[in-house]
Amino acid sequence: MGYVAIRGGESAIAAAARLLDVLRAQAGGDPIGVETIRHQLGRLVDRVCGEGGCWHPQLAALAIKQASGDTLEAAFLLRAWRSTRPRLSATAPHRGTDLRVVRRISSAFKEIPGGQILGPGSDYLQRLFSYELLDEDPDKFRAIAKDFFGEEWPGRGTDSASDTVPKVLDALRAQGLLAQPRPPLPAVDITREPITFPCPRPAALAAMTRGESGGLLAMAYTTMRGYGYLHPTVAELRYGFLPIMLPHPVSGELVEAGEVPVTECEIVTLHGKDDPEDAPPSLGLGYGCCFGHQETKAIAMAMCDRSLQNGAQHGVRHPAEDGEFVLMHIDGIESMGFCSHYKLPHYVTFQSDLDNLRKSRGKLDHPGAAEAVFTDPEQIPDGDEL
Amino acid sequence: MTAASTSSTVSAANTGAGDHFGFLDAFAKRELRRASFKALCIPGYQVPYASREMPIARGFGTGGLQLSLSLLTPEDTLKVIDQGADDSVNAVNLRRFILATCPGVAATTRTTAASVIQTRHRIPETPLHAGQIMVYQVPFPDPLQIIEPSEAKRRRMHAEVDYARLLVRLYEDLVRFREVAITNRYPARVAGRYVIDPSPIPRWDLPKLNRSHAIHLFGAGREKKIYAVPPMTTVEPLAFSDVPFQVEAFTDDEGGRHRCARCGAGDSYLDEIVLPDGGRRWQCNDQDHCDSHREESLR
Amino acid sequence: MIRMNELSTPVPPAAPLAETRLPIIAARGLTRIHGPGCLRCLESTGGTTGRNLCPHCRSVVAVAGVSFDLHPGEILGVMGESGSGKSTLVRLLHLDDRPTSGTAHWRGTDEGGHALEVELTACDAAQARWLRDRRFGMVYQNPHLGLNFQVTAGGNIAERLLTAGEGSFRAIRDRALSLLDRTEVPRNRVDHKPGHFSGGMQQRLQIARALAPRPQLLLLDEVTTGLDLSVQARILDLILEIQRRTRVAMIVVTHDLGVVRLLAGRTLVMRHGRVVESGITDQILEDPQHPYTQQLVSSAL
Repeated sequence: MGYVAIRGGESAIAAAARLLDVLRAQAGGDPIGVETIRHQLGRLVDRVCGEGGCWHPQLAALAIKQASGDTLEAAFLLRAWRSTRPRLSATAPHRGTDLRVVRRISSAFKEIPGGQILGPGSDYLQRLFSYELLDEDPDKFRAIAKDFFGEEWPGRGTDSASDTVPKVLDALRAQGLLAQPRPPLPAVDITREPITFPCPRPAALAAMTRGESGGLLAMAYTTMRGYGYLHPTVAELRYGFLPIMLPHPVSGELVEAGEVPVTECEIVTLHGKDDPEDAPPSLGLGYGCCFGHQETKAIAMAMCDRSLQNGAQHGVRHPAEDGEFVLMHIDGIESMGFCSHYKLPHYVTFQSDLDNLRKSRGKLDHPGAAEAVFTDPEQIPDGDEL
Repeated sequence: MTAASTSSTVSAANTGAGDHFGFLDAFAKRELRRASFKALCIPGYQVPYASREMPIARGFGTGGLQLSLSLLTPEDTLKVIDQGADDSVNAVNLRRFILATCPGVAATTRTTAASVIQTRHRIPETPLHAGQIMVYQVPFPDPLQIIEPSEAKRRRMHAEVDYARLLVRLYEDLVRFREVAITNRYPARVAGRYVIDPSPIPRWDLPKLNRSHAIHLFGAGREKKIYAVPPMTTVEPLAFSDVPFQVEAFTDDEGGRHRCARCGAGDSYLDEIVLPDGGRRWQCNDQDHCDSHREESLR
Repeated sequence: MIRMNELSTPVPPAAPLAETRLPIIAARGLTRIHGPGCLRCLESTGGTTGRNLCPHCRSVVAVAGVSFDLHPGEILGVMGESGSGKSTLVRLLHLDDRPTSGTAHWRGTDEGGHALEVELTACDAAQARWLRDRRFGMVYQNPHLGLNFQVTAGGNIAERLLTAGEGSFRAIRDRALSLLDRTEVPRNRVDHKPGHFSGGMQQRLQIARALAPRPQLLLLDEVTTGLDLSVQARILDLILEIQRRTRVAMIVVTHDLGVVRLLAGRTLVMRHGRVVESGITDQILEDPQHPYTQQLVSSAL
């Protein structure tokens, strides 16, 4: 029988996996090292950690290797692993002011307390090829960091050069142009509690920080292009290292358990309308934060956050103001999975479709036969009642 | 460890689950069981739950998989089918994951021998008996999704038993196509109250849910909902009183019914097979049923 | 406290006397304030103040102290310019909004035809839904509010019938065609979507849809506004014809003197959320007492 496309069973699955492996290796060369991926494809690792909802750069690098660089597959591997991990503890809310900053910029003010720190970034580089990377000399490669850090390298990186700085928002708050922070709402672990709508802001932020970068960017871009004109200003964008404080198991005292690189963005919009109607107009705040160095995602998230808050307060007028519309469609693992599932056989349902279509066409071809379903208009009494 | 061994050989050791029976941790299983009990207590009501991320993609049966993993004990006998077949790739994939993480559980292809049957798109032709649990993989848990995109609004509609717009859809189909054009996922009212999406089973299978002896549990992993049809519960397809609900007819050119080319059955759901010469052949979709029927007729 | 504009004596309905003298709607002191509200809201708005925005708390007094009786088979006109509160009043009666204070008592029948009374301002969501689905009909100025443009004319009527529990396809089809006949929508349009209908036909379809479950109360909000005069006349005739045949009680909201003159036995004249004058329509139009009504009538002449 030639039709048994899906009845391949165990041996077909094994063969598919083997072929995938062959694709990776068929050109020869050296296997790529996980440590190399981790350090030289850092943005990719950051993205996979972010979408995977878990800061584990080593496993993220492994995932990237195993998935041949497919970010969705890699994030999926990390998530599936993550969901087998127990939740040991929950941290107290962290403060952005504790971030040890490598880079921070504000497009709101020229001079800011602590100063603008351009740091690493490609914004002002011309996107021209560096052809010397085609065949990079290992010695020259190692000399890059050594030249920069001097005798202290290895053992010292950009993280040790960083320090905390005050937030731009605090200056705006001091002038009364931005509402004082409200007491934090309890955090929602969206991996343990289902999101229901209307969705509390902590759950929305959690969903967005795990969101697929491209999906989130598309949603945010709608708000920039006129589907809910936000008129945002980046009050502050910062990338750095956030100390993770955990309660000591015995004393309960907070102790630094490590640090995580994060990108944090705060946007402000004119007339936030967060305040009661009789209060003077003030700025609205949008917040974004994600693992690693992912500036576009952090900004997009901040814009979506502002947009969702607008929708919650004034009713939904644009797609990106609708919590359900945004949050249910930005998850890369879910959307990728569902999109892929259409590759599964659907021939039971398609057979049902065909049966229905044939029946329907048969009936419409013979109008007489259809009268069994329909009332003959002539037979309707021209009754007096309404 | 090569990529091939990672993805083709599943064992408890490399699922990351450690010693957990059934892959999921105890808290996840407890939540799933509680949601299942609640679903059985309120037939047809969609119970939200925190669907875990599984090592199998969303849309490939993670809802059903989580239900099976939370239900199975080492004494159970499991059957997994996809499109009526036990050896289709997705069924194989799910079965070997479950068997690897649930040591002691036996696998079967016999409908009558299984205590838990996980399925995608079909209900077995062989009648189910008391004590069996059907687990369905559900892409869209809400029958109202075809007329209302917002879940918040749909929850309200269910609460108010507001199904008129769904019936309007049937009315419009009858006017336009002379047929209700919902071919699978046909909405059905459970115990006279909630209308459910019975998962993408064909209309042919829907009557099997009515007053069934088995427990029917529906798990939507991506949409994070569980709902149920308890044993001996009425399940009525949504229909007008004077336009009866109809199942697939498999009418041949002479107006008769196609029969299975393999076992000769004239009372089963059929696959249409397009032959290399352009001809068509019809064959039972339910593999186990077809095999049993063939054995019987040979005997 | 809230000023009551209660009618001093029950006014006999202009239409032929109904089976019972008990009103189908008895509204007393209906008030709706948008905003925080304060103790001075009512005294600072309406009447000679010439505004409905409270200067003390910035609340909008949309409707204040409106009382009236509506009898079975009667058509009550509610006349006023935009911002007078007439649409808010209709929203309160249709249970789309809740009053800040006041009561509205509905008398009708339950599914079994037995007498049933519901306090509209205190009913729960399920009751409100039941009333809207089976006892009330609403026709909007904007046909997009009253019709589903995604489904056919027949489907629009079917939705109301299905909501009210009708389960027979043939019965729905029959009733849809008969309602189209009654509202002068050609039968051969039954399977067409309302987007292709003229404005007048859309309004007639809205009326057909509203009438589908045989409601006991029909609310008509500016249903002829924006239509050509000849189209308006046809719809007004239709409304009178429906009232003659079905004896359904109606509240007709309009800014148009001509509409109340033709349809309404009695009329409330509203301004700044208050009823400034009420009584038999002919009397109001011939001999207006309130300066605002006098101004309206004279400007219409």
